[in-house]
Order: sequence, then C-alpha cells, then structure tokens
Amino acid sequence: MSAALVPLVAGKDGLDGVALAVLIVLFLVVTVLGFMASRFQRGDSLESLDEWGLGGRKFGTWVTWFLLGGDLYTAYTFVAVPAAMFAAGSVAGFFAVPYTIILYPIIFVFMARLWSVSHRHGYVTTADFVRGRYDSRALSLAVAVTGFVATMPYIALQLVGIQAVLDVVGLGGGGNWLAKDAPLLIAFVLLAAYTYTSGLRAPAVIAFVKDGLIYLVIIVAVIYLPSKFGGWTEIFGAAQDKMAATNPTTGKPTGSFIPVSGQMWAYATLALGSAMALFMYPHSVTATLSSDSRTTIRRNASILPAYSFVLGLLALLGWVAIAAGTKPIGVDGKPNPQLVIPQLFEDSFPSWFAGIAFAAVAIGALVPAAIMSIAAANTFTRNIYKEWIRPDATHAQEAQVSKVASLVVKAFALVFVLTLDKQNAINFQLLGGIWILQTFPAIVFSLYTRWFHKWALLAGWAVGIVYGTYAAYEIVNPLTGKHFGGSLAEIPGLGDMGYVAMTAFVLNLVVTVVLSFALNAAKVANGSDETAPGDYFADAGDARVERNRPVLEAGTDQPAG
Amino acid sequence: MAHLHRSGGTDGASPSEVPETNKTLLAVAGVLLAIPVVALLWVSSYARESPRLWGFPFFFWYQFLWVFICAGCTYTAHRLVLAARTPRPGVGAHRGDEETGR
Repeated sequence: MSAALVPLVAGKDGLDGVALAVLIVLFLVVTVLGFMASRFQRGDSLESLDEWGLGGRKFGTWVTWFLLGGDLYTAYTFVAVPAAMFAAGSVAGFFAVPYTIILYPIIFVFMARLWSVSHRHGYVTTADFVRGRYDSRALSLAVAVTGFVATMPYIALQLVGIQAVLDVVGLGGGGNWLAKDAPLLIAFVLLAAYTYTSGLRAPAVIAFVKDGLIYLVIIVAVIYLPSKFGGWTEIFGAAQDKMAATNPTTGKPTGSFIPVSGQMWAYATLALGSAMALFMYPHSVTATLSSDSRTTIRRNASILPAYSFVLGLLALLGWVAIAAGTKPIGVDGKPNPQLVIPQLFEDSFPSWFAGIAFAAVAIGALVPAAIMSIAAANTFTRNIYKEWIRPDATHAQEAQVSKVASLVVKAFALVFVLTLDKQNAINFQLLGGIWILQTFPAIVFSLYTRWFHKWALLAGWAVGIVYGTYAAYEIVNPLTGKHFGGSLAEIPGLGDMGYVAMTAFVLNLVVTVVLSFALNAAKVANGSDETAPGDYFADAGDARVERNRPVLEAGTDQPAG
Repeated sequence: MAHLHRSGGTDGASPSEVPETNKTLLAVAGVLLAIPVVALLWVSSYARESPRLWGFPFFFWYQFLWVFICAGCTYTAHRLVLAARTPRPGVGAHRGDEETGR
C-alpha cells in the first residue's frame, strides 16, 4: 500500500513522511485485525444475519462497551465538535456533552425492553419490531426507509473525517483525480473487504484499537497542550475574546462563550433532541442487539459516559486551537475549520505522535462506517428485500444480500463524498438527524403501549418529516446565504431559538395523539400484535426464545482473544 | 419493599406473564434517572462563569461533574431495577416449549 502511495504524492509540499508512515502502519494493523475478526467468538457459520449482522448476539459487557463507544463517538464527531467550538462556540459545540450524558438515562429506560422483545422474536432492526407489534407493513417501511436514508450521509461523513486527516498530512490535494482520491479509495476498499468477510465482528475487534488510540491521544493532548499555550485560564480567555468579537458580515458576535439569555432553549433542545435521536439510528440498535443479555446494555449505560468525558475534553481542544493560533487551511489553500484538530496536532506534536493521532481519527472513522453499513444493510435486507421482494428468503440468502448491500452502501457513500461538495453530506446529516427523531414515537412508545394507532403514528411521522425538512431548508446561513445553514430555528410561539428536530417532534407528537384518539374512538382496527407482555422482559437463556441456530454458549463475559 | 413474591424457577412461562415487580424500587430508579436529565436541561441554572475551578468557568466544570454523577445515578438505578424484578421463570433453562411466534 505504501509503495502504491509514494509515486502519487512524491514532490508535493507539506507532506509529513513520518506521520504518514505511522498512519499507514497502524492502518495495516487494523486491516489484518479486521480480517482475523471473523474467528472472534465464532459461531457455527457466518451464514445468517444473526451471525454476520449481529456478531452472534453474544457480545459481553466489555466488547459492547468498546463497540458502542466506537460506534457512537465517531471520527466525524471528533473532527466536527472541536471545529464547531473553534468556529462558533459552546452552543454549537459543547451541547455534545450534556447530549451524551442524558443519553444514558434515556436509553436505560427503553433499550432493555427493545433488547428483550428483539431477542424473543429474532428482530434484527427496529422496523422488524414495529412490523411485529402492529402487523403494519406501511409503518415498518417508513421506519426502515428513514433509518436507511438517515444512515447514508452519516457514513459519508466518516469519510470526511478521514479526508480531514489526509489533508493535513499533505495527501489528497494532488492535481489529478487519482492522486487526490486514491488514499481514501484504498482505505475504503479494505474496509469493505473485511466488513464483507467478518461482519459485525470486524468493527468489534477494531474498536479496541480505535478507542485505545483515542484515549491515549486525548489524555496526552489535554495534559500537554494547555501548559504549552499558557494554561486553561489563558485558553478560556482567548476563546472568550474570539467569541465576543463582532463578525464583520453579520454584525453579531462570532459565537457563544457561555450560552446567554435567549440561547438556553437552543442548548437544551439540541442536547435532548440529539440524545433521543441517537438510538433510533440503525447502527446504535445493531450494536445494542449484538449484546448477550438484557443487563449488558444497562450496565453499559453506566460505563459509557467515560466517552462523554473524553468528548468534552476534545471539544475544548477546539478552544486550545484558538489560543494556539491554529490556522486550519487545506491542501487546496482554503480555510476549513474541520481541519482544526488535525492541524493543531500537526503543529504541536512531533511527527510520530501526530501520526498516532491521525491514525486514531482515521481508524475512528472505520469502526462506525463498518457498523453503519452493516446496520443499513440489515435494514435493507429484513425490511425491504425480505418484506417486499423475496418473502421466502432463507437465512443464508439474507446474510448474502446483506453482505452485498453493505458494499453498495459504502460505495454510494464514497461516490457521494468524492463527487459532491462536502457541504451536501453535512446538510444531509443534519436532515437525517431531524428525520430519524420522527421514528421515536413508533418505536419507543410502542415498546410500552398499543394505545397509539398505527395510522396515527404514520401520519405523525410524515408531518414531522415534512415540517422538519421545510424548517431546515428555511434556515439560511448568514455568511454564505445558502439554505440548510444550521439546526436552529425560532420555536413557534416561544420566540427563542431551538433545535428544529425537536419542534418537528412536538408537532409529530400532537398529530399522533390527536389521530390516535380519533381512530381509537372510531374503533378502526389497529393491526395484530405478535408480541406478549412477558416478551419485554425476556433475558438471555429464555426458554422460549426462537433460535435459528442451535447454540447457547452465551454468558461468557470475556472477550476471547 | 412490599409485595415481593419469588415465583422461583417454575417452568412453562406463559408469554403474557410479566415478572413480579417491586414498584417502589422502580419509582426510586426512575427518579434517579430523571435527575441528570432535568439538571442538564435546566441550562440557566449553570450558564455562568464563576466560580472557576482550575481556570475552568463554572459552565464547563459543572457539566464535566455531571458525567460522574450521571454514571452513579445510572448504575444505582441498574442495581435497583435488578433487585425490583423477580428473575423470569424459565431463565437459564434450555427448554423449548415449541412456540413459534412468527
């Protein structure tokens, strides 16, 4: 791989050879691990979705911790959160901290129920559950399509994270198409190959390396960098000055140092809306359902906040960069705030450590990209292929379709990033967050009650999506004049700014409740329910669990190897 | 701690059977889970600069502090929920009562 790269980049300015070598070596290590992962806690064969797409449903507490940590705290998060802090301040960036704290009490409440009912009935996706709960193909399709569409730009953004690193190392700005995109292409072909062969086991194993590197880099950065740039008082002072300075284009302050009156709702709704949305994404559900017992996910809810602490420190590195005077300028010569963290590392650390930091971000992109593509593929296979195209598909056929779909999904993401402006991926990601939150009532409320009517849930979903998309379109970036300029809009009737996904969600809720009331009063049939109250409490080893594999070696909490 | 009957590992769990639950313990767990959510969504209670800690404005160190408080609340809630529910009948048994739901 390195031999192939050298001629493409030779002679360019600003190429950091040592950092690149470290990056390539670490990348090769995880590639080997990815292929070897197919033997990790291996079942009889990989020829079913339970095995390929859910790792045999037997990851214990620690594997799940690494897998979910690697899944939720993505490379894009690690690039975008400090970038938002750097460019626009705490309302835009630091909300990620309360978001990833309140996330855990919220999922504690309902994810165990989702795990149990899915375990009992062999559900692989949330749309499977909705299908079983209401016997409604329409509602199930709505949930599946929303999940699928919302995941696609998320995968694309992982590539943006890798690109940011390659850009700072000095790769990717070459004149011709091949020199520009070859590194990303190679990285993705390798990722696609080992995801295809190892399924969910590949990201599970690579996540150990990814999270180890991330913790190492952040801890070193947070101890070393502040002393280098005058201590935290100095850093917060520099950030406060930058955020208070008037932006010449808008005539308003550059950003927010600490939320002031009028920004409280924005901060709170961004945190709450994002927290409620995160576990509606297929990749979060996939990582949860792969755990071996009902308690694994709840135990994880109390140990996963360790990542939130790291994320908070990382967010503050965006402000360290302000004090350090970091100039994030791409290989193409244009300023790009997304490069601020890689650039800070490049400027402040010796090359070899910068290489480790870059590898942490690049590998950090591979884990979620793999899980997301598997989750999107599972959704396609179960809820579109099997439901609408081949209802008699066998388990082996399902696994095969899912493997191919995971390739297609990744190829699509790659084309998306290489051919379209990055801003499109970011816009779609913003929309994806709004859309996915609209599936919350159909999934979470249905875990508790069937009072909500399937048609009301569908109508609420549709209203939420249409309103959210329209509201997001109407947000114009004051600097560029473009639509989809952010996630905050005035909350109707309140006057303060708020997260549009939450406004859409409230509207969704009102429609759902009113229509449910009307449809129930009119005694319109609400489908049949294949689940029973006891299913929502089923645990590992439940005697009644349907199994398509004759194994039950679960209960091993230790990662084998 | 009232109404806690252990039904033990009896077999033949009916699908409609919900494990016995101690409602008091569940309610306490619910309160523990609600505390961090309410505290962090009440932004105006902590959106200020002082008192500072090691150079960190209050706004920042206070939220970092909640990472630990929230982890503690969630873990306690986890223990409470485990204590509140009788183990499900049939758990751990390798018994198949030939029920096919789908």
